[in-house]
Amino acid sequence: MLTFLALTSVALLGIVPEQSQAIVIYTGWERHALVGSDIRLSCSFFSWRWTSEDVTFSWTYRPDGSRDAISIFHYTGGAAYVDNKGPFRDRLEFVGNPGRRDGSILLKNLELSDNGTFTCDAKNPPDIVGRPSSVRLLVFEKVPIQAGVITGAIIGVVLGLLVLIVVIYYLMRFLVARRVFSLSVSKHGKKKKEGSQQRQGPVPPADPSKIKV
Amino acid sequence: MQTCITLIDLLEKKMLLILLGVLILHVIILILLIVSTAATAWSVANSGRKDLWYKCSNSGDYHCLPSSNEDWIQAVQALMILSVLFCFFSLIAFLYQLFRLVKGGRFFFTAIFQILASVFVMCGAIIYTVMRPEDKKIYTHFGYAYVLAWVAFPLCLISGLIYIVLRKKE
Repeated sequence: MLTFLALTSVALLGIVPEQSQAIVIYTGWERHALVGSDIRLSCSFFSWRWTSEDVTFSWTYRPDGSRDAISIFHYTGGAAYVDNKGPFRDRLEFVGNPGRRDGSILLKNLELSDNGTFTCDAKNPPDIVGRPSSVRLLVFEKVPIQAGVITGAIIGVVLGLLVLIVVIYYLMRFLVARRVFSLSVSKHGKKKKEGSQQRQGPVPPADPSKIKV
Repeated sequence: MQTCITLIDLLEKKMLLILLGVLILHVIILILLIVSTAATAWSVANSGRKDLWYKCSNSGDYHCLPSSNEDWIQAVQALMILSVLFCFFSLIAFLYQLFRLVKGGRFFFTAIFQILASVFVMCGAIIYTVMRPEDKKIYTHFGYAYVLAWVAFPLCLISGLIYIVLRKKE
């Protein structure tokens, strides 16, 4: 039994690194942004190997409706090369940390024409087999309202007001009853109200001379 | 003595009939409101019907997509749901006050909730009427759910007013 376990674990140790030599790249799935704002597109990877000095990151951009992708960013040999001729010249900045496997870029001053798919490809030699990961960017003129947000808000507010009004109503009734009761006790008066109030609410031990029937 | 008893008997029966009639009216109004809120037939055209929650097409594959998320449609949705809720609360309040009210008391809460429900239906129907986009390509006209909302509004108001004047006798 023990030898069987040992053999399977050794076999697994042999097989698993073989299959997961592939590098795994993570970006977001979809990003929403407003026109004129900045957005940070994050890209990181997982690799069984240590981060090598020759790690490379590259971003490509494919506009919506187009079939060609253009390369907009490349990091290699310890230096970052940003787009200086394409649609993102002067708007692209490298904000990642390759030592920590972060190859994120910052897009500034977004335009409506920036809608499209951004693909990040990272290589960590000798771990170079992997699939690039894409993030879709959607740029809006104004923030679209999600379904049901306003509906829920209106219903919640009205029902909340209803509950509040009912609570206040009963609270006022309760408080007024108590106040009237305490008033007539302090005045030492022989009023009719005092008698009726004494019959209603919880009566503390009162002076027998005051009780009227 | 005999005439006294028969008069009281008639009065009781009349009271019972009135209460029954008012209750049936209330239930009918609730049903109208529920149908108006739930049915996808506020605007109809040859190619399909839409609002309040979906837009469905009549041609090709009969599919329904969720309707647009604009703020006015969401407001109409909220107002219609609130009107159904308040009509339902008013029904509960009516049944409660029927058995627990002192003699000569008025159905205060019932009337308040019913009138509020009618105000909500009115607001919802008005907002829908005003904000509906003019579609010049396809000829759209108002559907039965829209008509039911406008029918439910005066009925609800009348019902609320009846509850204000109604007094619990006996």
